[in-house]
Amino acid sequence: MNELPQQLVNGLLLGSMYGLVAIGYTMVYGIVQLINFAHGEIFMTGAFGAFTVYMYVLPDGTSMAIALPLMLIGGIIVAVLVAVGAERFAYRPLRGAPRLAPLITAIGLSLALQQGVWAWYPDATSALKFPQIKGGPFEIGNVTIQTGDIFLMIAAPLSMAILAYFVMRTRTGRGMQATAQDSDTAKLMGVNTDRIIVIAFALGAAFAAVGGMAYGLKYGQIDFRMGFILGLKAFTAAVLGGIGNIYGAMIGGIVLGVVEALSTAYIGDIPGMDKFGSQSWADVWAFVLLILVLLLRPQGLLGERVADRA
Amino acid sequence: MSIGPALDSAASTGMRLCQRKGQIVRQRSLIAITAALAAGALTLTACGSRDDDGGSKSGSGGTKVVIGVDAPLTGDLSAIGLGIKNSVDLAVKQANKQKLVDGVTFEVQALDDQAQPSSGQQNAVKLVADKNVLGVVGPLNSSVAESMQKVFDDAKLVEVSPANTNPALTQGTNWATSKARTYKSYFRTATTDAIQGPFAAQYVFNKAKKKKVFVIDDKKTYGAGLAGTFTDEFKKLGGTVAGTEHINPDAKDFSAVATKVKNSGADVVYYGGEYPQAGPLSKQIKAAGAKIPVVGGDALYDPTYINLAGATSNGDLATSVGAPLDELPSAKEFLDNYKAGGYKEAYGAYGGYAYDSAWAIIEAVKKVAEDNGGKLPSDARAKVTAAMQGISFDGVTGKVSFDEYGDTTNKQLTVYAVENGAWKTVESGTYSGN
Repeated sequence: MNELPQQLVNGLLLGSMYGLVAIGYTMVYGIVQLINFAHGEIFMTGAFGAFTVYMYVLPDGTSMAIALPLMLIGGIIVAVLVAVGAERFAYRPLRGAPRLAPLITAIGLSLALQQGVWAWYPDATSALKFPQIKGGPFEIGNVTIQTGDIFLMIAAPLSMAILAYFVMRTRTGRGMQATAQDSDTAKLMGVNTDRIIVIAFALGAAFAAVGGMAYGLKYGQIDFRMGFILGLKAFTAAVLGGIGNIYGAMIGGIVLGVVEALSTAYIGDIPGMDKFGSQSWADVWAFVLLILVLLLRPQGLLGERVADRA
Repeated sequence: MSIGPALDSAASTGMRLCQRKGQIVRQRSLIAITAALAAGALTLTACGSRDDDGGSKSGSGGTKVVIGVDAPLTGDLSAIGLGIKNSVDLAVKQANKQKLVDGVTFEVQALDDQAQPSSGQQNAVKLVADKNVLGVVGPLNSSVAESMQKVFDDAKLVEVSPANTNPALTQGTNWATSKARTYKSYFRTATTDAIQGPFAAQYVFNKAKKKKVFVIDDKKTYGAGLAGTFTDEFKKLGGTVAGTEHINPDAKDFSAVATKVKNSGADVVYYGGEYPQAGPLSKQIKAAGAKIPVVGGDALYDPTYINLAGATSNGDLATSVGAPLDELPSAKEFLDNYKAGGYKEAYGAYGGYAYDSAWAIIEAVKKVAEDNGGKLPSDARAKVTAAMQGISFDGVTGKVSFDEYGDTTNKQLTVYAVENGAWKTVESGTYSGN
């Protein structure tokens, strides 16, 4: 049986999730040149926010059709609050400091958020069971699509479209572009850059929360460490696509996801490569690709402006 | 692993960034803030120290003897780890109540290894440093045991694991061809994968009539070892291996693997690994359209597995060491006492073995004290280790005694199946050789 279509779908789904989280990395980097390593944990708090709404706010037995939007809103609110709080109290005091200081702060914040959830969220010391959408998998040809993935299939492109509209068409979005190009000049032109930076953090967090919700629905469980590896992958996706470029984040995520799925499926079939084909090698192949892309196109797949920034 | 390269690139980006002309304004206070934050984060990560205050106060009844516990008390495997800790606690309370060793009060000091070999080794060093510790129960994971064995052996401190099943821990890395005991201070009450893997293969091939297996493991000491012994026996019996896969223990997305399993045409999956990955793996394999049972070892036999794998886990199988506690007459008292003890967490898959491990240490301490006229000698650790070899008593899980490698002489195993959301006993037995 030909498994290529199924593996492509697997990779696309995984990649869309990377992409949703990567948007936050790339947007914050584009505007303040900060690699917000705590972003993986923002993703995690988004998932926990959605879980909290389901578990402690909604009455038992609420149908998923009603619960889903409310959970999504809850997750977004929590993630945005955490991100804006982080910006206000951890990053803003360091604006203008050498770049290494906020970077280290981000790593510290990431650990603090993980351990905070571990210590204070009820039962978060082990994995929590995330609510699932009822209904069997759907078969299209010989491709199977899980019910939990449908949310991701709708949410990822929709989020991307909303983001593109926001950045290109609205006044605030143009303010963001201006700040990204030259924050001093933008300030002189009357753009409130502090506000723009907060909005960048908040938007990134909102998309991360959508990703966190998709993660819970897809895998059926969330835990306090879920953001760490995923955050690193999303960061990789952002670099792969060209950090600072929002379309690049989504493309980079999808490329990364598809490479992981295809390398798991096919590299083992190449004669003499059977040792290097298993899923545990997928990460290695993903990074081989990253290195190749960065060698040939140091600015990433869609990046344009990075060279003069770094 | 993905962590290395990503962090490297982050560091180098940071380096390049800071070469730009930095503004020096407020730099000093900022460094202070960063340092404070980093220190705060480090304090928070040091969660291993949260349970440390357990064994410090001195008991009233003469000599204090501490029994250390090392198990994952937080994280994915904490359900099993807390069961081990509670069971040891129960054994110690029983021994103190019965005044089993005259003039000695036992205490428990439980440390969290988070299923990480590095944490396990730190805990081992810590336990060795406390002179009151005369024996340690743990760890859960074979990979953690590997990092602890030497530390304990150098200090001649006896270690009894209730759960390690990797044969190499007692019989050396070449256990299949030439057995040689590596550490004299290491014992275990659980039987080994040299028996568990073949036992599972026999059941799957002969009783469940499955002939084509897809083998997956997590590359850890336990998982890869178990998958290896299973595969050897399965092939020997005449079965075919439709494919093999290795997964990352920190991964959650197995969709690519699940698709491979489906297309391989296998009629059963054998997974060497633990339930945090096995649960989602089973779920994703079934969801991909392969309606075949997932079979695994003792690390799947936990209610959390069913919780994670969902409704489609019906029919999945797990082998586990020993016979089910609720069917053993010898375990009745343990079950009653555990209930009466009011523990928050279930005793889990290894509760009975943990109790027996702690009891073996208590018995060994008793023997040493009796041989020395009721007092513990100055070299009590070495004496306890030596005494452990000759221990024999009727424990919760049956007869407890050790062979020349430190392995238990109780080689019983049981097959369990998931049925309507709970583990049900299928049959008990032992691997009968070739």
